[in-house]
Formats: sequence, C-alpha cells, structure tokens
Amino acid sequence: MSPTRRSLLTASVGATLMPALPRLGRAQAANTIRIGVLNDQSGTYRDISGPYGVECTRQAVQEFGNKGFNIEVLSADHQNKPDVGANIARQWYDQGVDLIIDVPTSSVGLAVNNVAREKNKAYINTGSATSDLTGAQCSPTTVHWMYDTYMLAKSTGGAMVKAGGDSWFFITADYAFGHALERDTTNFIKAAGGKVNGGVRYPFPATTDFSSFLVQAQSSRAKVIGLANAGADTINSIKQAAEFGITRRGVKLAALLMFLPDVHAIGLQTAQGLVLTESFYWDLNDRTRAVSERLKPRLKDIKPNMASIANYSCTLHYLKAVADMGVAAAKASGVDAVNRMKAMPCDDDAFGPGRIREDGRKLCPSYLFEVKSPAESKAPWDYYKLLQTTPAEEAYRPLNEGGCSFIRS
Amino acid sequence: MDSFLDLIETISGRPAPLLFGQLLLGLINGAFYAMMSLGLAVIFGLLNIINFTHGAQFMMGAFAAWMLLEWAGLNYWWALVLVPIVIGFTGVVMERLMISRLYKLDHLYGLLLTFGLGLIIEGVFRNQFGSSGLPYRIPDQLQGAWDLGFMFLPVYRGWVVIAALILCLATWLVIEKTRLGAYLRAATENAPLVQAFGVNVPRMVTLTYGFGVALAAIGGVLAAPIYSVNPQMGTNLIIVVFAVVVIGGMGSILGSIITGFGLGIVEGLTKVYYPEASATVIFVIMAIVLLARPAGLFGRA
Repeated sequence: MSPTRRSLLTASVGATLMPALPRLGRAQAANTIRIGVLNDQSGTYRDISGPYGVECTRQAVQEFGNKGFNIEVLSADHQNKPDVGANIARQWYDQGVDLIIDVPTSSVGLAVNNVAREKNKAYINTGSATSDLTGAQCSPTTVHWMYDTYMLAKSTGGAMVKAGGDSWFFITADYAFGHALERDTTNFIKAAGGKVNGGVRYPFPATTDFSSFLVQAQSSRAKVIGLANAGADTINSIKQAAEFGITRRGVKLAALLMFLPDVHAIGLQTAQGLVLTESFYWDLNDRTRAVSERLKPRLKDIKPNMASIANYSCTLHYLKAVADMGVAAAKASGVDAVNRMKAMPCDDDAFGPGRIREDGRKLCPSYLFEVKSPAESKAPWDYYKLLQTTPAEEAYRPLNEGGCSFIRS
Repeated sequence: MDSFLDLIETISGRPAPLLFGQLLLGLINGAFYAMMSLGLAVIFGLLNIINFTHGAQFMMGAFAAWMLLEWAGLNYWWALVLVPIVIGFTGVVMERLMISRLYKLDHLYGLLLTFGLGLIIEGVFRNQFGSSGLPYRIPDQLQGAWDLGFMFLPVYRGWVVIAALILCLATWLVIEKTRLGAYLRAATENAPLVQAFGVNVPRMVTLTYGFGVALAAIGGVLAAPIYSVNPQMGTNLIIVVFAVVVIGGMGSILGSIITGFGLGIVEGLTKVYYPEASATVIFVIMAIVLLARPAGLFGRA
C-alpha cells in the first residue's frame, strides 16, 4: 500500500483522534450500557455505513426506549487500518465500552475480533465480509451479523455459474476480504463444474485505474469477470468495464459485494442488468418500508442498505439481551452477553425473524437482485428487482464446515 | 511481422496483443501523471512551494464539471473551458490570502499549509457529497471504441492522451520559447533583479500558481467520466505525482512530462507481471533515482 495523505497523518495524530469518553459517576457508569460504532467515516467504505450506520444505531436505541438503564452511543473512524482500529477498540473496552459494532474492512474486523476475545467483551461485526469471523478465527465474544464471503459467493457466484458462466477471471483487492471472497467463490465455481482461468490481485486502497486488469481478464477468454472488491473499487471497475465495452461483447460482470449506494453512484444507465446480493432492500416488504420510513429523518435522502441497517438490527437485539440478563451481568462478561443473544430468537423490521448460531453466525435470508434499467425505475432509489431468495438456514456455510474451534462436529 | 510478434512473446512470456494493450493503457495513465506533475513542477519552479493541495484541486475540477452539468446544464465541453478558469481563480485567491505569506520561510511551511488545505477541502466535499462518488457520463461525441486489432481503445481514452500531449507541449513552449516564459525563468533565478527591470513579479507569481491549479482542474475534468468522481480521488494520485516530480527533477518542466509518461508505462507493465506491486513500483524507482541522482533525472544539481 502506498502512503496516502491520511496514513501520513495517522502516525502522529492517531492518538489524539481517539474520541474522549464523558466521565460518569461510579453509580451512573454501572447502570450505563455503552455501544461503540467503529467504522470508516472518511474513506472508500464511508457511504456504505459510516455516519449512516451511527444514525441507524441511534434509531435502535430510541426505539428500544427506557428499560431502566442508560444507553450511550459513541463513534469513531478506523480509517480502514487494522492498527488504528485495534487501538481504538482496546481503548474503548478499557474505558468501559460494552459492545463494539459495525467495523467494515475485513483486516480491521479481524484485528478487533482479537481484542474483543482477549478482553472478554461483546463484539458484533456487521461490516466485514470475511467468513473467517465464524470459521478459523471464530470467538465466543463475537457475532457476525451480516453478509459474509461464503453467503455472497453462494448467492451471486452460484447464480452466475447456473446461468452458464462456467469460466471465471478474478479481479481481487489484495487483502483479507478480497482473498476470502475469491476463495469462497472459487469453491462454488469448482463444485458446479466451472473453472477459473486466472486472476489479478491489485493493491488496496491505492488503485483507481482497473482498465489494465479488465483487458487482462478479457484476453483470458473467461465468460465471467469476478469483482472480489467493494466500494469505490467496484464502482470504478464497473464504470471502466462499460467504457471498454467489455459487457457489450458477452462477458458478464459479477459484482460479488455491492450495495445500494454503489448502484446510486454508478447510475442505472451503466449499472442496469448487474446481479448482486443483499440481505436487505428498503422496498422489499411492508416491514422494510416501515423501518426505512422511520429512518428518514435521520438519513435524509439516503436509503439504508444491508450494512448500515444491520447496526439497527443488532443493537436492538443486544439491548433486548441486556434487559433480559441485567446490566451488571452484561457488563461483566462479553461471552455471557453473546451467549444470551444466541439463546434468544431475533426479530426486527429490517431482517424479520432469525437466530444466531452457536459459532456466532446470524442467520437471515439472502436475496439475489437485478439492477433495474432506467425505464423500469419509477422513483429515486427504485433500483432492484428480486430474482431469487435463499432461505436463512441455507444461506450460510454449514456449521460443521467452518472449522470453528469451539464447535464440536 | 509474425516472427517479430513471436519474438516478443518469447521474450515477454505474454501474448503480444496483451502486452501492446498494456503499454497503451500505461501511456494513458502516464498522460494524467504528466499533466498533474507538470502543474506541480511549474509551481515549484517559480514559487518554491510544494503544492500538496494539487490532488484536492484535481478533485475540485472533477466536481466542478459535475456541478456545471447538474446545476447549470452545461456540458463537458463547457466544463473543459470554464472549470480551469474558476478553479484557477480559487487558486489565485488562495495564493494571495495565504501562500504568499510563506515565501520567505522554509519549504516545509508551504508544504504543511498546502497539505492542510488539501485535507480541509477534501473533508468539506466529503461532508457535502459523501464518499461513494457521483456519476458523470462520457460526452456523446467521444462515446464508442476503436478496434486496434490487439485491443479495443475507447475513443475517450485516446482523447485524454491527445489533450494531455497538447497541454504539455503548449506549456513547455510558453515557458521555454516566449518572452513571458523568459520572464518567469528569470524570476526563478533572481526575482529582485527582474523586478528592478519593471516586471511585476508578485503578480506573475500569483498568476503562475493559478495556472498550475488550472492544469490540475483540467486533469479533473478529463478524469471525471472515467474515474468515480469522489472526494478522495486526488489523494492517491497526488503521492504518485509527487514521486514523478521527484524522479523527473524538482521544477524541471520537460523532466516531469517525460517521467510522467514513462512511469505510466512502467506501472502498466507491472500490472501485467506482478500486479500486487503496481502501487509500489514508482516509489522503488524513486528511491533508486534519488540514490543515484539526488537532483532527479532531468534536474540540475
């Protein structure tokens, strides 16, 4: 990774950027649950959650209401850097934060996972995609709430192969997330009898021009170009693929992780016809429309996507568990709090009924969407049509295949 | 001809068409590097300021093009004319109000000021427009692609290379071959003496900064249809472009142009053979050049 302007500053300013916590009296602190929203507030993943994820968390706190204890929401920017993220997490947990949520960027998500395990504090990841969070690196303090690379690979990758895309070329962001997404998708391609013609791993986040990789993909004669990246990288890849006329000549693009704001940024003219997977769409059913409407005063003219609204969903469930087990017990042990969450069924307007599996995997259905053409779109943010639904129990990697250390198979 | 292609394939270990395609793409990226580093070199040559706001000004150029289209209904060609004037003017204001106070101090102060301003501008745009970017379409006249046999070249990319070459050449001619350019070069060497001849040096310096900024803004307009128009679009570019200027020799106009195109090609080749290193290769070259020739390839020691 080349030094960006932000990384030049991080070394010197990082420490002072840490948000200071308000001092509470001892009795008051004992009766206050503190939730830290740690995400990207200034970089490529900001619009996926960032300040909107914080607002969704606040909405959950507001809807939960007063159940006899205080709730505080803090937020910080991890700048997509594992060291910065781990430092903030460490400081937060030491200063009495009971739960850290969000944490996009898999490398940061895994770093914070280690801190939470070490300190026996609750951690709900809604922003990272690596399926290792409930596999090789699983932890009894961790819940993985939203999409993971296995679920994305199965839904989007599986559908592409079924539609005849049996040879692939990967354009992969060169860090934990990209590697995991490429690995999981490759497994599905091979299991379905397809093959991988090749791939490139490009430096993250210092790459803006993807034309070279797209031309390499084209000369590999693969039928599908798998984009194992996210955020601005995906946007640039899709824009430039259209520019080079790649999709016009029969090659399909598989945007393996893409969110509603990305479609908004590309515009329907270029994005139409892409298939992608999300667990949430504001216009999916009456409940999703209702919660999106309630969020309107907070998000203004932005619609929530599966990443930002996952903060709403997981905060509600955590607070219900706290109310159930008592504030003192929830503060004392992250493992106990997470176990209580696993024991209780989930239900909210964003994702409907669901549950958390023993390895920390939250189960909810995944939806395969196709992006509408400009003619089909009737209103702002009217972008998706539903192609296929994978039920919650089938959407994620089976429990005994993850290699999680505390699961006896 | 066929045996020649075979020879290339044997030496490079890659199909010849792929290699040609990558060289061409490298040249296109080099065009951006050349245009950006040219602006930096002009500013450094005359003002002795390392303009770290350059990336933000490039980004402002792209955003200004988007605003003209969305808010005023003025298309790409209008943007190409108006944006450099408007953004160049913001540069003039910045130079008059802030940068001009630092000329007597060490380089470091100018660097810190422009670096800070860049961060602030980027932050303001991020607050206003978010980070995922805005769509900007390729103008209708430049839609489509040419089939070159070994690859499809989008018409727009070809246009970028031509526009960059024209701009670079024009700038070089003005500075090396005209009377105005002679004043500029003289003022770089000995400002008090040039002033004694009745030339208004402070005004010339201000306009030079404005011109450098305008170059960055044109770069932004050219980039808007192919890259995502987002607040951090200049951040990655500025570090690379700064390395280009250092390799070419600080303040050397021709050096920055040649190095810009050259490094674009080197980067393009790295993307074929070892893409993981494509963001680092320029800095490796910078380190080697600095060890061997501290003044840069075209600089005067």
